[in-house]
Amino acid sequence: MHKNYEYIKRPVVLMAFSLFLYIGCRQKEADNTKLIQVPEVKEASISIGEAQENAIELPPFSDGIFPCSDCHTDLTPNPVKRELVDMHDDISAMFDHDKENRWCTDCHDLSNRDFLKLASGKLLDFKESYKLCGQCHGEKLRDWKVGVHGKRTGNWNGKKEYLLCVHCHNPHSPKFQQIAPEPPPIRQEDIN
Amino acid sequence: MVTMKKENSRRSFFKNISLASLSALALNGCDSKALTEFLQRNFRTLSKKEKNDIVKNLEVKYKETYGKEFHVSAEPAMEGVLFGYALDLSRCIGCRKCVYACVSENNQSREPQIHWIQVLEMEKEKGIDLAHSNVHYNPEKVPEKGKSYFPVACQQCRNPQCTTVCPVKATWQEPDGIVVVDYNWCIGCRYCMAACPYGARHFNWGQPNVPAEEITTEMHYLGNRPRVKGVVEKCTFCIQRVRVGKYPSCVEICPVGARKFGNLLDSESEIRYILENKRVFVLKQELNTQPKFYYFFGI
Repeated sequence: MHKNYEYIKRPVVLMAFSLFLYIGCRQKEADNTKLIQVPEVKEASISIGEAQENAIELPPFSDGIFPCSDCHTDLTPNPVKRELVDMHDDISAMFDHDKENRWCTDCHDLSNRDFLKLASGKLLDFKESYKLCGQCHGEKLRDWKVGVHGKRTGNWNGKKEYLLCVHCHNPHSPKFQQIAPEPPPIRQEDIN
Repeated sequence: MVTMKKENSRRSFFKNISLASLSALALNGCDSKALTEFLQRNFRTLSKKEKNDIVKNLEVKYKETYGKEFHVSAEPAMEGVLFGYALDLSRCIGCRKCVYACVSENNQSREPQIHWIQVLEMEKEKGIDLAHSNVHYNPEKVPEKGKSYFPVACQQCRNPQCTTVCPVKATWQEPDGIVVVDYNWCIGCRYCMAACPYGARHFNWGQPNVPAEEITTEMHYLGNRPRVKGVVEKCTFCIQRVRVGKYPSCVEICPVGARKFGNLLDSESEIRYILENKRVFVLKQELNTQPKFYYFFGI
């Protein structure tokens, strides 16, 4: 009797242990999927206007400006803060993003212009610009990841589409511009 | 319960027979389809098959009227879903894009005009001052300095007063929390409009008019199907969209992402994140209507 009991004990313990491991792993897996809510950037061509409202596309570059290295490889980098003339004077003119303290190379890498740069010096693809924004605007990044800051479209119970920070905010002048409102409702006294 | 005393007198027989023949005469003018529609029972008492027959008939009817293919759904509420809405007042710029996206999606009458969403303009320094708010603001550009904007539509109350006052039970709260109207059953008494403290219900004073080229063809029986003169209508959280998993129209159009929507019973939803992490309030809390529409200040 006693011997029999010993005989089944070991496999049972083993089974229980593997079950424990399995559940543990599953749990971790499930947790991971919950945490990673950062959107995937679609490999699509750049489109300006309506289309980018509905899907995450590549960051909205100005026409013919990317890759930056096309011009910058032949130029000697000049890290001195200055008013830009000729090229990028449009950005210089509109720049309104902590203008007093900041300058191009705080976000753009000095030696490799096709990349952005974190404060740590780590290079960042333009598709991940939200990480750069999040360095200062951490609270916004946190809210954006869960869909509270910014706009989500698609399904409330399924697949959603996101916009990157730069789809709504011009990174060089992030404050929203005023827009024309749609017409007001008809006044009661104006109804015939 | 009060039981009615049965009266089988000669007098009541004549009274009833004359009433019956009068109604028969009145209905004689209608074709059989109109007659069936007239005699249709309250939507909530219908079987699944009856509902399907009704929406199929409506598709045919609308095609005849508008010359387009329509899909009318009678999709019931999903299990384990209670819809909630949140609006970030610090983001709203008062552009009214939501107002017109709603009109277009939900086939509100253009002339006479019906808007389910009212955007109220307020003086920032007065705080939330409903009494002195202005719905007719029309500057060149918004947002204006010193102004704040406060969009109001149906608050989808957990304790709705509009449904309790309806003498014919033509309006009720669905299991997913959406307060709906059966336009076929509504008698147009407008008691619900008087009971609603948010001005969220709208009456078709005239024959509603939606141009055929602008009509949204994806419809729900309890939502955006065409209404007739003399019935009340209201926001349904875009029932034809949300019951198939889509966001409401106003959420998708908002250019500043101020509008948030989701399932209150899902702890992972955006709406629950807002309830747990932001300070929210409901409109006219003191009335105990318990809205499922929350306002908050995101910044």
